[in-house]
Amino acid sequence: MSTMVEMKSVIHRYGKNTIIDQVNLSIQKGEIFGLLGPSGAGKTTLVKLMAGILQPSEGTISLNGSDLQHLSQMKNFGFMAQSDALYQELTAWENLDFFASIYHLSRKKRRERIREVLEMVDLSSSKDQPVETFSGGMKRRLSLASALVHEPEMIILDEPTVGIDPVLRQSIWNELNDLKHKGVTIIVTTHVMDEAEKCDRLALLRNGKMIAMDTPESLKEKVNVSSMEDVFLHYGGETK
Amino acid sequence: MNTFHVMKRILLQFRRDKRSVALMVVAPLLVLSLMWMVLDHDESNLELGAVNVPESMLEKLSSDALVVETMSSTKAEEKLEEGTLDAVLYFENQEISLLLEGSDPNAAGALQKELQSLRTNQKDPVDVEYYHGSEDLGLFDYVGPVLIGFFVFFFVFIVGGVSFLRERTQGTLERLLATPIKRSEIVFGYLAGFGLFTILQSVVIASFSIYILGVFMEGNFFYVLMVTILLALAALSLGTLVSAFAKNEFQMIQFIPLIIVPQVFFSGLFPTEGLGTWVQVLGQMMPLTYGAEAMRGIMLREASFADIQLEIYVLLGFTALFTTLNIFALKKHRRL
Repeated sequence: MSTMVEMKSVIHRYGKNTIIDQVNLSIQKGEIFGLLGPSGAGKTTLVKLMAGILQPSEGTISLNGSDLQHLSQMKNFGFMAQSDALYQELTAWENLDFFASIYHLSRKKRRERIREVLEMVDLSSSKDQPVETFSGGMKRRLSLASALVHEPEMIILDEPTVGIDPVLRQSIWNELNDLKHKGVTIIVTTHVMDEAEKCDRLALLRNGKMIAMDTPESLKEKVNVSSMEDVFLHYGGETK
Repeated sequence: MNTFHVMKRILLQFRRDKRSVALMVVAPLLVLSLMWMVLDHDESNLELGAVNVPESMLEKLSSDALVVETMSSTKAEEKLEEGTLDAVLYFENQEISLLLEGSDPNAAGALQKELQSLRTNQKDPVDVEYYHGSEDLGLFDYVGPVLIGFFVFFFVFIVGGVSFLRERTQGTLERLLATPIKRSEIVFGYLAGFGLFTILQSVVIASFSIYILGVFMEGNFFYVLMVTILLALAALSLGTLVSAFAKNEFQMIQFIPLIIVPQVFFSGLFPTEGLGTWVQVLGQMMPLTYGAEAMRGIMLREASFADIQLEIYVLLGFTALFTTLNIFALKKHRRL
């Protein structure tokens, strides 16, 4: 397996505050990589660094083996932000069409892909509705669809299931597993423990520091507990 | 290429957001009409009291604008006190004197002009012709060109600034910056989308003012359109630039007294010729000054392209400057 994302001694400061402190990690192609931590731990900052929206104050980040220096690298991944970044006046279809067109997909390909992702997130029937009439869950799903529309080899999802009911959450996770089988690398942040267990590997983040990184099973084994919650408490307590 | 997609999206949003379209097109028409009602009327009658003025002299005063009433001196003073008279004309010891009510400079000026005829006593008045304009050029004809420019500037500034700001607050800017789009493509997309829309806006506002309200118009209609569109682009690039310094819509509104209102003072609604050099330099740093100057040139003085080209280049320069700064300001959100 080759490396998709590699972070080396990454530090990010905002003013005087250090948000991300000396993070080293590597994410393999085709895995579901989870970033688990309480709110304020720096999860969003970390994924924005990976997406190239933020620049590290120190350290290096490479994507697919090369430095994140070129705009063209941005087309390799899809980004689903924590807030639903959608144009409220436009319909679901128009939103997807706009984002897809930025990736220079041909008209035919665009139509095909939009249909596919709408199907995937179960929004085909509301495709011509303006987003402002959507429920919170529908907006979440449309956000996910917009991150997938250009068939990226990696997707970065910032708290994708916040405010989504369990049934829908299950269906989003099924979707993510399907994508994984197609070879897509998935990076997902969460603060929900049971969601974290669905990831192949997990990084535990607290106050900008990475306190542990492993598969959920070995994390539990190492500290000899049965739930992720206890793992987190164990490591979290240690740093205090 | 992405510039085109951003432009397409903005036009689509305009089609959905009828209210903003109305704000940009209908609101200027409404305000212009109101201004027209207030400013474009025939001068109201001036009330003049006459004390001891001989009949022969009163005859000379016969004019449409004057209502002359003969009265006693005490009565006249009473009426001045009440404010129901604009002035009182006295005739004492073969001399006439005029006592003005004085609180309204317009009425005072008009009265003095009317009473010229008493002083000069000429049989053949000087032949007056107009090099520019005409005899019935009213206040509205003078401020109209400036107002057309101002309203286009104002509404484009607000709507453009707020839509760019919303792009940031609703997270779509960040979402967009996580795609391979260039920062410049976003900014140019906005210019193009709004640019196309402002063509429509300018056509509607300028034709309404000229053909329906009847603002005095000597020059070329296409020059008027060109100047209003350039003003709109300057307003848009300025609005989107300052929106980078606002956290929300309310803070955007706070820029109106800071950025828009001062421009009105220098736009030619008030005479600036006699002001100190440094005040004039201040005016020369404002886009609306040039737009308004060009508009008045075209509409009142039938300016040719050569006459207004300086203003045109300055407006283009402002747009280029604000656009560049904006592309640079977006670096705050993504370095590449």
